[in-house]
Amino acid sequence: MAVDPKLQSELQKQGVFVMPVEFLYNWSRKSSVWPVQFGLACCAIEMIAAAAARHDIARFGAEVFRASPRQADLMIVSGTVTKKMAPQVVRLYNQMPEPKYVIAMGACAISGGPFKDGYNVLKGVDRFIPVDVHIPGCPPRPEALLHALMTLQEKISKQHLNETRWYDKDAPAEYPVPQCGAHDLEPPVNPEVWDLPKK
Amino acid sequence: MIPTVEQIRELLSAKSPALLVDGGELLAVAKFLKNDPQLQFDFCSCVTAVDYIKQDCIEVVYHLYSVALKHGPLALKVRAPRALEQCRVPSLTPVWRGCEYQEREAFDLFGVKFDGHSDLRRILMWDEFVVHPMRKDYVPPMDYEWEPTPHGETLTRAKAQGGIVPASALEAKK
Amino acid sequence: MSATGIIETQTLEVSLGPQHPSTHGVFRMDVVLDGEYVVKLKPVMGYLHRNHEQIGEKIAWLANMPYTDRLDYFCSMTNNWAYALAVEKMAGIKVPERAEYIRVIMAELTRLLNHACGIGFLLSDCGAWFTPVLYGLRERELILDFFETVSGARMMCNYMRFGGVRVDLDDQMLAMARNIVARWPKFLDEFEKLMTENEVLLARTQRVGILPRELAINASISGPMARASGVEYDIRKVDKYGVYDRFDFRVPVGETGDVFDRFMIRILEMREAVKILEQALSDIPAGPFIAPEVKLRNFKVPAGDGYGRIEAPKGELGFYLVSEGGTKAYRYHVRPPSFINLTILEDMCLGHKVADAVIILGSVDIVLGEVDR
Repeated sequence: MAVDPKLQSELQKQGVFVMPVEFLYNWSRKSSVWPVQFGLACCAIEMIAAAAARHDIARFGAEVFRASPRQADLMIVSGTVTKKMAPQVVRLYNQMPEPKYVIAMGACAISGGPFKDGYNVLKGVDRFIPVDVHIPGCPPRPEALLHALMTLQEKISKQHLNETRWYDKDAPAEYPVPQCGAHDLEPPVNPEVWDLPKK
Repeated sequence: MIPTVEQIRELLSAKSPALLVDGGELLAVAKFLKNDPQLQFDFCSCVTAVDYIKQDCIEVVYHLYSVALKHGPLALKVRAPRALEQCRVPSLTPVWRGCEYQEREAFDLFGVKFDGHSDLRRILMWDEFVVHPMRKDYVPPMDYEWEPTPHGETLTRAKAQGGIVPASALEAKK
Repeated sequence: MSATGIIETQTLEVSLGPQHPSTHGVFRMDVVLDGEYVVKLKPVMGYLHRNHEQIGEKIAWLANMPYTDRLDYFCSMTNNWAYALAVEKMAGIKVPERAEYIRVIMAELTRLLNHACGIGFLLSDCGAWFTPVLYGLRERELILDFFETVSGARMMCNYMRFGGVRVDLDDQMLAMARNIVARWPKFLDEFEKLMTENEVLLARTQRVGILPRELAINASISGPMARASGVEYDIRKVDKYGVYDRFDFRVPVGETGDVFDRFMIRILEMREAVKILEQALSDIPAGPFIAPEVKLRNFKVPAGDGYGRIEAPKGELGFYLVSEGGTKAYRYHVRPPSFINLTILEDMCLGHKVADAVIILGSVDIVLGEVDR
């Protein structure tokens, strides 16, 4: 329900601000996205460079990289996810409290990247967990990570309270953790998360 | 047969000095190379294995340098048969401690067992993994994403498996 | 190590990693603790094993150059040089002088940025949360700008070729490099004024994680870690690869082999690298930047095997290559310094508190792309 703009500006002059609850909820969430400290490989160095003084990520509210996943709401998967590491990635994702988001940074996290031929490389982290923003590049520049953070902020600001995933009773609360098997992960992919494109 | 100091000296002046030793004498030759005061190969720089599938052997190569006398490298090579049960060589970890992790890696990726190693288990792959991936006859699991333009090896393997989409995803969709 | 011998206590098994703020990447240490003291420590690696060596067997010789960038992802230029050196040794290619000087400039700049970040992260582990890293990263950004101007990429430069380098350095780029080198002593003086006499740093790092000299040689430790233990071995002086024998520089060697020695060795090596850079930037000759007789298309290496190594900022980086005379390697093996420097991690950490184990790992200066390949 939109507020009449003339009424809004009159009230603003009095120091009274009128807005939908959703706007306030989304604005406060997107302005302080706290990433979990989770650097895997080369992209992690660009992530640290984005947090350093030149490309300051603190301007966007995301400077506090929490060590514990229980206190974070964004997981930046920066680097190659190997099959040995995949169970830990899913466990960390499960440990994060909702609302939570995932940014797949770099070609390796999106699809396996230059190491796609690998027997130990997971061909994209979105085989097991849902991803919100993908950043191409090898490694992407720190400015690209900041752009991805801004895209995520726009995505958050457009979310409606009654349509989000974590308020849906049927959506899974926890994603199943794969086990390391004799030749490959078991299961090699989570079919509810990753689906083949329709031909 | 342990070589003499003069033979080693002559070898060191060649372009790529290498010494091929039998498995039974490896430990004795290694101790000689390390302890002899004129050679003093006290630094074992690189340990690796090579799979010569056509000659049906796996060759383990040790590159040795000397910190005290500043000469090297000397490649010490030993061969073992490819079959998994007979693929054994004596471990040189008691002589040079630096071989410890590299021998574990050769075991993990090639299946070479080192007798006398204090802790021979997998180092890079997970413990439940059964095969040895760097061998030339290893076939990786087919878990490619759907490829719009498959070519080369991917296409051959996909056709052999009856489809370009990975079988695991086909299984899940049933 | 328990406080009293009368009360029965139990040991506690803790897994530090693979996601941990202090493990410098996805590295896991299974420690068994008696109170706070480390009784046993087993490193677990392989969480970033991207089968780099198998890829090296499938693609052409030159196509493997971008993959070497991703080994030690801080120092891509020295990785490229080690690989190019190994191939040039096997193929018998002679590199022109200007290319050798350019390679030395790139390698020493890489050494500067690696050590600046390395000690920054070590101090961050000591508790000075992120401030020293910011100082180091500030200077690193200037060097990355230079790398981007020269090769087109900040980190994964892919700059060396067999027989030389990809692009020549013009006067503007040389002026940029001179600017960076001129700033560096001031940064080091500021850093040392803040850090080297700092009480907290001295109390936390002296007599911690001592590595004896004999064990260092026997365990194949190389690089600043070995030199801090008194091993006077620098591959730049021993093998004299490139044109290093033309430069006048010292090799700093430590005495005790504790964490403080490793910290000071890295600062002294940065000062020596600045000296080498000043000499190289003023003496660089004109000439071709790549050997003109090398044809990089369908490049073949004669059959045989060879081992080429350089003094990378983290230690001895070597490549063992076996060729059958074709366009691809038959066996391609990387000798990673970080992997082998971890052999004696348990020896250094026994008897220390778990907080010291974190600092000792920081002083080894590992990077997981190299440990796991």
